[in-house]
Amino acid sequence: MSKLIGGGEKMEMSLRGMNDRIKKLRKESEGTTPKISIERAQLVTEAYKKYQGKVSIPVLRGLTFKHMMENKTICINDDELIVGERGEGPQQAPNYPELCCHTLEDMDIMDRREKISFTVFKEARDIQKNEIIPYWQGKSIRDLIFKQMTGEWKDCYEAGIFTEFMEQRAPGHTVGDEKIFRRGFLEIREEIKRELGALDFMKDPEAYEKQEQLKAMDLCADGIMIFAERHGEKALELSRIEEDPKRKKELEKIAEISFRVPKNAPSTFHEALQAYWFVHLGVITELNTWDAFSPGRLDQHLEPFYIREILEGTLTRDEAKELLECFWVKFNNQPAPPKVGITLQESGTYTDFANINVGGLKADGSDGVNEVSYLLLEVIDEMRLLQPSSNIQVSKKSPDHFINKAGEVIRKGWGQPSVFNADAVIEELLRQGKSIEDARCGGNSGCVETGAFGKESYILTGYFNLTKVLEITLHNGVDPRTNKRIGLETGHVEELRDFDQLMDAFKAQLNYFIEIKVRGNNLIEKLYAEYMPAPFLSTVIDDCIKNAKDYNAGGSRYNTNYIQGVGIGTITDSLSAIKYHVFDQKKYSMSELMEALEKDFEEQEPMRQFLLSKTPRYGNDDDYADSIMTRVFNSFYETVNGRPTMRGGTYRINMLPTTCHVYFGSVIGATPEGRRAGLPLSEGISPVQGTDRKGPTAVIKSASKMDHLKTGGTLLNQKFTPELLEKEESLDHLRYLIRSYFKLDGHHIQFNVVDVKTLRKAQESPEEHKDLIVRVAGYSDFFNNLNKGLQDEIIARTEQKSF
Amino acid sequence: MSNPSKEQVNDNEIKTEDKDVKNVVMKGTVLNTQQYSLHDGPGIRTTVFLKGCPLKCIWCHNPESIAIDREISFSKHLCISCNECGEASPVEALRGQREECVEVCPTGALEMVGKEMTVEEVLKEIEKDRIFFEESRGGVTFSGGEPLMQWEFVYEVAKACKDRGIHTAIDTSGYGKWEAMNRLREVIDFFLYDLKHLDSDRHMELTGVSNRRILENLERLAYLEEKILLRIPIIPGINDDDDHLFAVKKWIASIGIREVRLLPYHKTGMDKYERIGWKYRIPDVPEPKDHEMQAIKESFQREGLKVKVGG
Repeated sequence: MSKLIGGGEKMEMSLRGMNDRIKKLRKESEGTTPKISIERAQLVTEAYKKYQGKVSIPVLRGLTFKHMMENKTICINDDELIVGERGEGPQQAPNYPELCCHTLEDMDIMDRREKISFTVFKEARDIQKNEIIPYWQGKSIRDLIFKQMTGEWKDCYEAGIFTEFMEQRAPGHTVGDEKIFRRGFLEIREEIKRELGALDFMKDPEAYEKQEQLKAMDLCADGIMIFAERHGEKALELSRIEEDPKRKKELEKIAEISFRVPKNAPSTFHEALQAYWFVHLGVITELNTWDAFSPGRLDQHLEPFYIREILEGTLTRDEAKELLECFWVKFNNQPAPPKVGITLQESGTYTDFANINVGGLKADGSDGVNEVSYLLLEVIDEMRLLQPSSNIQVSKKSPDHFINKAGEVIRKGWGQPSVFNADAVIEELLRQGKSIEDARCGGNSGCVETGAFGKESYILTGYFNLTKVLEITLHNGVDPRTNKRIGLETGHVEELRDFDQLMDAFKAQLNYFIEIKVRGNNLIEKLYAEYMPAPFLSTVIDDCIKNAKDYNAGGSRYNTNYIQGVGIGTITDSLSAIKYHVFDQKKYSMSELMEALEKDFEEQEPMRQFLLSKTPRYGNDDDYADSIMTRVFNSFYETVNGRPTMRGGTYRINMLPTTCHVYFGSVIGATPEGRRAGLPLSEGISPVQGTDRKGPTAVIKSASKMDHLKTGGTLLNQKFTPELLEKEESLDHLRYLIRSYFKLDGHHIQFNVVDVKTLRKAQESPEEHKDLIVRVAGYSDFFNNLNKGLQDEIIARTEQKSF
Repeated sequence: MSNPSKEQVNDNEIKTEDKDVKNVVMKGTVLNTQQYSLHDGPGIRTTVFLKGCPLKCIWCHNPESIAIDREISFSKHLCISCNECGEASPVEALRGQREECVEVCPTGALEMVGKEMTVEEVLKEIEKDRIFFEESRGGVTFSGGEPLMQWEFVYEVAKACKDRGIHTAIDTSGYGKWEAMNRLREVIDFFLYDLKHLDSDRHMELTGVSNRRILENLERLAYLEEKILLRIPIIPGINDDDDHLFAVKKWIASIGIREVRLLPYHKTGMDKYERIGWKYRIPDVPEPKDHEMQAIKESFQREGLKVKVGG
């Protein structure tokens, strides 16, 4: 049925899935053009008009959520078994005017842009114009943020020193845990009631605030049950007119399930998936949370239902698989809501970053791989959908067989599942102060971010352009692109005596810019805590109810803020070039080098070539370059790690780019290692594209010289030719690499298995390569969805071949 | 630095650095060390390619490994005609073997092939991938060129590897003195042994040397060692005729060889010839087809041999 050729398996887009039902649902999901659904914006506006100013802000958010749940269009698609959409139908993305009120120009751009477009119908545009904009203009969180930010902050933002995650989307970056699969919202309401009853209005000065938070959570708990019941009613209504007796029964079952969950704890495999899905929709409808939401350790959460029902004979393996494949389609039906401006540049994809964790350990420290884990691998392979993303959690206790089975999927070439080091993830969480059980129940979400599932608010606050900071250091605080002074005066580089002085200057600039970023973050955190609580999300994350405190205000058991470093490969090689050619070999003087950079190496091609080919490079297990990498990494770590957040948490770093390495490269001139102005930076912790010439073991050695355990996630991409993985023993070879990297405490590795020829062809004739999926950085995407810069960047990555 | 000696080097002679220096540190001429080698023995391996080979096989895909001296290679496609090398053309640099031209070449179009390395230096390279060896039960493989040509150097490196718990393999044509091979048995765990042609005259034509020593050594080795993987390059029209392969199967079975790898001829080494200013001698020989390799493989299997296609 399928054959390995070049860019992985080639197969008719519409034909994947275990049976006709799945094939049809999957085809509809992939074939439907994303469009804007204006309904949510209308409902939010109605609720705000009705309640704003009359109730506390948390209660306003609770009432707004309930209003949406009571009035949102209920969609049950033909033949589906898991129900519920964020918009009015598949591939419909709402907008969130309370976060970011799109202008009409924004709407027109998103409708027309070549990549990641959303159809905006005239009706929606008119509603935006007549109802939404007049109410929200100047009042959205985005407006509040930009009003609060200082001139320095804005200068940095515009120069591309950093991005700001929360200017268009809300904090979230979190993942559900077992609770969603083990208890219902009736029980949650009981808990809220108990906490309300226990408030001490005599002694606790925060009793009122707590009361308002709890009331808001209760409204949301009520709202989600109403939302589910409305699906039940709709299903009954459809069943009455359904002529096909088989579908009629299915609809009756959907109704029965929707009346039961998430009100009650799920009692079957089917109920468990549906219960989670309603909660998922609640989270992503309440606010436009980054990285959507994820079900956590899905295989472990589902296993008890699966085993029991298989034994009782009420579920077959195929039925379970069919439900999972229906579940997969639901994720894929939800494109990430439209982004504009820099947010689009840092995350230019429809993917909303839900990520399914498979394997890992159990709370008691034993191996967590079970039968459902293998079932999930089959589903991932069969569905080959961009969403949800998937990963395996590999512990030293994980069976080799499990890794090889995942390898069979990986070698098909489309980038899933990615591979995490469960033991390192646990150590990272322990280092941050989590309990051992909470750490073992954690995992990864989004691209590579580590978190304690169901118990932690771990917020990514923005990408940070390490290479740009070096560029500004080299220009004594001035951004050469605008000639504006935005950094410190750390001295003219031509006057530097040695390399250490340069590193000192860089560190001073780094600290200066990080402080601007953190200061901005602190204000933004307060704005969200004050104006944009998330009472629904708070009902499913410990210990928001117990603390009577919102998720966005520090109610979670653990609170962490991240700043994501980008371009470690490019900055390392840039510094290596300066150290080697200027200070050690004295081949060029600093002023010669600076002059060449300024002219983007115009008429200096031999010099550029010399820098390109004769600079010690990160990614080749060469200590000369790698020790510079660790210096930069440690400087970044020391500058960020441990700072307090406004929610009572701590700042940490991680190293991932999504698509930001392309944007960040576009604001930087030529760099000392021979990169031309405007070209992308290295991605994740991967070496500069095409400069790792000693094979994957050398890359792994270089990358592991960074102390991954000090981060909350690093991202390493490897591109393999299909030939490297085609043999029977190739899966063992892949596993050896993975296990070795993880012995060295590597956090994560992912593989593109595709040859350059295929990618080039796809660029030339996109129509013939509509189904070509590649790994970008922490997620997979259709090659055709990527802009030219990103396509070229992926082509330029080193192709690891067989020797 | 480079060894200017151009005299014919005997197959077992050890190159030593500047002979007038006292307390000579043993050095070998290494082409390169290649990490993540998957086809030169079990597991993930680092292959140490030693420069110099007494054979000159007409299909050789590593022609730059034949001469024992370091030499300049020129990759035309990398040249940007900048004339930094100061020569009328890089081809002149190649002809003149001027190392200073290599140093200034910005793109690496001019490259020095071969490096004098001490035992310690080679060990340092090998040690880099220890973690992968241990995970995959891999190790180091000495290849070439012909490693027997520098067998004393190989012996020292391999011995140090054994002392450090690293698995060792050798990839040899078998063309060397038995005494050398026999000494290496002390420190080599695994033998990859090439068999190119059984007929001595034909062997002479194809490789420039007689196969007498190769066959004798193999016979003795097979008697003494368990872990031998015989590798037979399959070159269409040159050594793949039924009669020859039939004779090969009979003979190797008779001396106790059990495991064989069939290496399909490939042309990937062709452009290397141009880089060192040589001419490729068999441009018209085709690469064998998959089904042809499969048929040959099955014929070996019928003789009870364990056989795979590829390294």
